[in-house]
Amino acid sequence: MRRVAVIGVGDTEFGELWDSSFREIGIRAGLAAVADANISADKIDALYVGNMSAGRFIEQEHIGALIADYSGLARDHIPATRVEAAGASGGLALRQGFQAVASGLHDIVVVGGAEKMTDVSDTESSNIQSSSADQEWEIVLGATYPALHALIARRHMHVYGTTREQLADVAVKNHKHGSLNPKAQFQRPITRETVLGSPLVSSPLRVFDCAPSSDGAAAVVLCPLDQAKNYTEVPVEIVGTGQASDTLSLHDRKDICTMEATRSAAKRAFDMAGITYKDVDVAEVHDNFTISEILALEDLGFFKKGEGGKATEAGLTGLEGEIAVNTSGGLKARGDPIGATGLAQAVEIVTQLRGKADKRQVKDAQVGLTHNVGGTGATVVVHLFRRV
Amino acid sequence: MATAPRFWRENPSRYNLAGIKCNSCGRFFFPPRTICPVCHRKSVGKIERVKLKGEGKVFSFTEVQEGPEEMAMQRPYVVAMIETEEGVRFTGQVIDCESCDVQIGMPVRAVLRRLSEEGPSGVIHYGFKFTPIKEKAP
Repeated sequence: MRRVAVIGVGDTEFGELWDSSFREIGIRAGLAAVADANISADKIDALYVGNMSAGRFIEQEHIGALIADYSGLARDHIPATRVEAAGASGGLALRQGFQAVASGLHDIVVVGGAEKMTDVSDTESSNIQSSSADQEWEIVLGATYPALHALIARRHMHVYGTTREQLADVAVKNHKHGSLNPKAQFQRPITRETVLGSPLVSSPLRVFDCAPSSDGAAAVVLCPLDQAKNYTEVPVEIVGTGQASDTLSLHDRKDICTMEATRSAAKRAFDMAGITYKDVDVAEVHDNFTISEILALEDLGFFKKGEGGKATEAGLTGLEGEIAVNTSGGLKARGDPIGATGLAQAVEIVTQLRGKADKRQVKDAQVGLTHNVGGTGATVVVHLFRRV
Repeated sequence: MATAPRFWRENPSRYNLAGIKCNSCGRFFFPPRTICPVCHRKSVGKIERVKLKGEGKVFSFTEVQEGPEEMAMQRPYVVAMIETEEGVRFTGQVIDCESCDVQIGMPVRAVLRRLSEEGPSGVIHYGFKFTPIKEKAP
């Protein structure tokens, strides 16, 4: 297997991008990544696009060909593939691109992710997000996507004594990080009171416990590590990739307070890289709800089961903490255009490892991790990155 | 709008809690599945249809304030995860009590109720919800 490097990254601002269409934001991110890698179109061997539900958000399927076409690559007839695994679509697209380069099938691969969520009403957007859970045996019976995470939160609080305030602290930290990221959807710091005073969505979760609906796109360019220096002075190697699945329904999990798929995907990625969680300096984890970040902190191995809330409250996950988590602002503050999220995580980690994250730079970051979740944990993709 | 068969094909499970028992390992599952996730191929031919009791305890719960339009008239409503003695967990609404009375460990039983309707003249969907099991009077 060949070693694989990221040689270019690009993204759009995230938010309610009323002026831009799906294809426009997709191309904007892709162009930025290709410009960053300083490659010409004829070098691109293949394209992968992470996208959860363009069919329902903009009534457009066939996203692979669409993005290749509007990227000006139709006459090159490159293979263009759309990848879907709900919230993990972006991370999974990255893994597909990695596999294509590592296997020797392709040399230069562009991996993008995009979602346009604000062309439908908030209610419709929520319905679409719910389809990543079990439609027949969770959603039809009254559950919603936030409700399922509320069940996790309530149980975590019951079993481990995690507090409502600790959940709020996740949002406070991520909004603080978002305030240092000029591309974040929310760039204003908030307080515990902001979270605790916001309307209930599904108790105990409130509006400020939930990531927003967003439009946005992000992309990376991959190539074999031994060719990377031809394109960039600062290549970042993908040293580990792990993917795992679990039951679609939350109620079928062994333990709803543990995402076994996170544990499995992380173990596979760490084993492949030959490192442990202790080597990680900066991590982008899937905080679609505040409770999700707490589970991620525990299941990735950074803190013991049940200690994620306390660690957050103690500031161990901030920029100066033991492990800097969601320096971009995370899904919570940077925004969560579903299919783009896994790529946006990769863009942030590469930016950190290049030392180009400005005000939110983690000092001397060498190793970074991305953690991308689909549904309530039925798909998880973990990647590990290292500065070359 | 979905066609009626999409819903009625699930009626045995939605109305009567039809699940399965794997006669290789003795475990129960809901809804029915073809292969036991513990026994894998050993379970082929040993899957038996059973009606689950639908009695259990609240494992976790939430009060839903924001939800789909079909549920607008019911909001806020309680959704819980129910753990049964048979080892099966369900997701469903808890009814016939005040939200503030629901707590983890509360005994409940499944009952057949109206779930939602597709507008004023559309299909009405029925299925199970959970109701508290009242302590018997001494």
